[in-house]
Amino acid sequence: MPTDATAAVDDKIRCDACPVMCYIKPGAAGACDRYANHNGELVRVDPHIVLERTVSHGGRLVPFQAGGDWDGKIVHEPGMFVTAIGAGTTYPDYKPAPFIVSSEIDGVDMVTVVTEGIFSYCGVKVKIDTDRYLGPETATVRAQGEAIGHVTTGEYGSQMLSLGGVHHLTGGSKKEGRVTCDALMDLSNCKPVELTIDGGATVVVQAGYPPIVNGVAEERMRVGCGSATIGMFAKQWHGKVDEVVVVDDHITGVLSEHQAGKLLDIPDTGIKMKGRRSTPGRYFQVAEPGTGWGGTMISDPLSVLGPFDPKTARPGMTMLMVSTTGEHAAYYELDAALKPIEKPMPVDLKLSVERIQENCEPALCTVLFMGGAGGSLRAGVTDNPVRLTRSVKDALTRVTSGGAPVYVWPGGGITFMVDVTRLPAGAFGYVPTPALVAPIEFTLKLSDYAALGGHIDYVRPLSSLKDNTEIRQMPQSPSGQLT
Amino acid sequence: MKRVPQIGWLADGRRLHLQDGPIDLIVEVHGSETNRRAAYDAAARRFTGLLDELCDELPLLRRAADPARCELQGAVARRMDAAVAPFALDHFITPMAAVAGAVAEEILGAMLDAARLERSYVNNGGDIALHLGHGEHFTVGLMDRPDRPGLMRTIIVDADDPTRGVATSGRHGRSFSFGIADAVTVLARTASQADAAATIIANAVDLPGHPAIVRCPAHDLQPDSDLGARLVTRDVGELTGHEIEDALESGAACARNLLTAGLIDGAVLRLQGETVLVSARAIDALRSGTPVYRAAMESAMHV
Repeated sequence: MPTDATAAVDDKIRCDACPVMCYIKPGAAGACDRYANHNGELVRVDPHIVLERTVSHGGRLVPFQAGGDWDGKIVHEPGMFVTAIGAGTTYPDYKPAPFIVSSEIDGVDMVTVVTEGIFSYCGVKVKIDTDRYLGPETATVRAQGEAIGHVTTGEYGSQMLSLGGVHHLTGGSKKEGRVTCDALMDLSNCKPVELTIDGGATVVVQAGYPPIVNGVAEERMRVGCGSATIGMFAKQWHGKVDEVVVVDDHITGVLSEHQAGKLLDIPDTGIKMKGRRSTPGRYFQVAEPGTGWGGTMISDPLSVLGPFDPKTARPGMTMLMVSTTGEHAAYYELDAALKPIEKPMPVDLKLSVERIQENCEPALCTVLFMGGAGGSLRAGVTDNPVRLTRSVKDALTRVTSGGAPVYVWPGGGITFMVDVTRLPAGAFGYVPTPALVAPIEFTLKLSDYAALGGHIDYVRPLSSLKDNTEIRQMPQSPSGQLT
Repeated sequence: MKRVPQIGWLADGRRLHLQDGPIDLIVEVHGSETNRRAAYDAAARRFTGLLDELCDELPLLRRAADPARCELQGAVARRMDAAVAPFALDHFITPMAAVAGAVAEEILGAMLDAARLERSYVNNGGDIALHLGHGEHFTVGLMDRPDRPGLMRTIIVDADDPTRGVATSGRHGRSFSFGIADAVTVLARTASQADAAATIIANAVDLPGHPAIVRCPAHDLQPDSDLGARLVTRDVGELTGHEIEDALESGAACARNLLTAGLIDGAVLRLQGETVLVSARAIDALRSGTPVYRAAMESAMHV
């Protein structure tokens, strides 16, 4: 069997899968597009790879020996299942084998085409860690001016986009479909994509990297709004400082006025905030949004304060001012004229600021590819497609995408989501439909496979291939690791 | 275990799929049950070992063809050489430029030797050998740029036409191109001739020295490419309408010469959404073909 490759110079490998004996460079495939050099290893790249419309090639699994008088000796179906089941291989620079050529189109007997592809329904869900306003819910998200999706309901500390799907891919203009496909593929392959939101911001999204909103890279997710930060840290500040102001472009919090401060019997300090008071200790619009303290434009935090009330304030009072990410912080004492004077920060307050920082996770864009494995793909695996679905639901069959774990959505069909940063580089391809090509593998035990009506006649070669290098597990990179 | 080709039915149970190494054929024949069976049997027999025959002479097949003589032994290899020989004086071309068409032709020939068939074809990844009985015709679909959706053009090949081969070449395929055409589809007497001519015409669709065209040595991409260090097209940026016209015209001029020389029956050249037809009599057939629009195509693809 074609199982080995001879190492050659320059990381090229020589494939001996067929007599052409291609030299294959890393990241490239041989003349057949079926075997490829993946980091110096020969991997098989074909049939288990395809979403949705895998296979008019499901027919590969139907024996050629249709009748009893056929001379079965000249026909062979070697190991089509070897990669379809449990190979776990994936491919560099995947180019699908001739599917269009075998697709049937009404009124056309055959198709001539330079290259071939696969068709699918799919999209990506994008989570953007930022509290900045990206645009209203349901607003259209555009790439190169074309609508490719929309803003969906926000999540904690994050704005969510839903992109792609069959309507943008094939329901609109040619350009819309192409641009959508390009954007989906780039996002899925962890490349940066600039998106503009109707009535909102321009954001550069790249899986595993911080979002760039209107030209400014987000660094950390804030621990909470200014008010929430007061709530979380009030106890840690109690007794160590008289007043704390958490500067935030959304809601700035003031410890002594805040409910959390009141509960700790923290006395009034005579502080005067600029901005619009929402509820006690919570202020809106203390400054214009910007890239300074707490997402505001200010560089001097004192500019959000008015003069202290001389009836309440007294010289020597202490005050911590900190941003919601802890990236900015300053410590003050009131002088005889009740003016705050910056002083070196006491160690225990410094620790509280570090604690805020520690609780701010890095702001990231995360991209989940979502696609559905339809009837034809399942039919390629078993005589009775719905049993594959059931075995997936019953966790007998493990679904992976390019070797990465997936979440299979409950309900009908095999609709899955996968974190694109966990797939090998360049795992996603695209085809003219336009649509994405994504890897998907089903892995299950032979006994379970037989039970679900698999084409068991073709499984026999599997056992003889136990030591075959074609069967290998893709190493799984830790979540979020980038290449 | 000896390597064996993969031979099986497609899901429809009608069309046979033959695959071995880089060769991938879809075969369909019409005729009586006995004849169909005999034909598919013959196809399977002829296909087994065919790749090995070719590979035995691979070094020679990868060398530039000599217009004056042919040292190749195998029937398919010699057919490849014969198909590219008419171009070898003026162009760098190796017999490999006609491999797909020549294989398709060989399998079709084996079937016709063994059985009486009505309309039948062997489609080798888009390079197609046709057989048409009296009064029959085929409708061949042309993909627009394969990486974009869009209008599909169709060509009707009638039994009265001389055409028995259709092939497509371009920069998006598995093989490399010196040119920038998205696709050049050629109708010719045989599949191997169509294959060779499509390669030559696709190479001619070009804008030498244009900054938006990225080229690199073929052997950087495929170490054992028959094109060696010659620059092949990797990417083509956005071109202006005039540039597209110029590039297509350069290919069309080449196609007209081949038409005049009797080497092709017609050609359809496509670049960035623009299409040029070069054809003498086949032009009527081209026009009578009903365009299949994207919507129809999608629904056909998504069932």
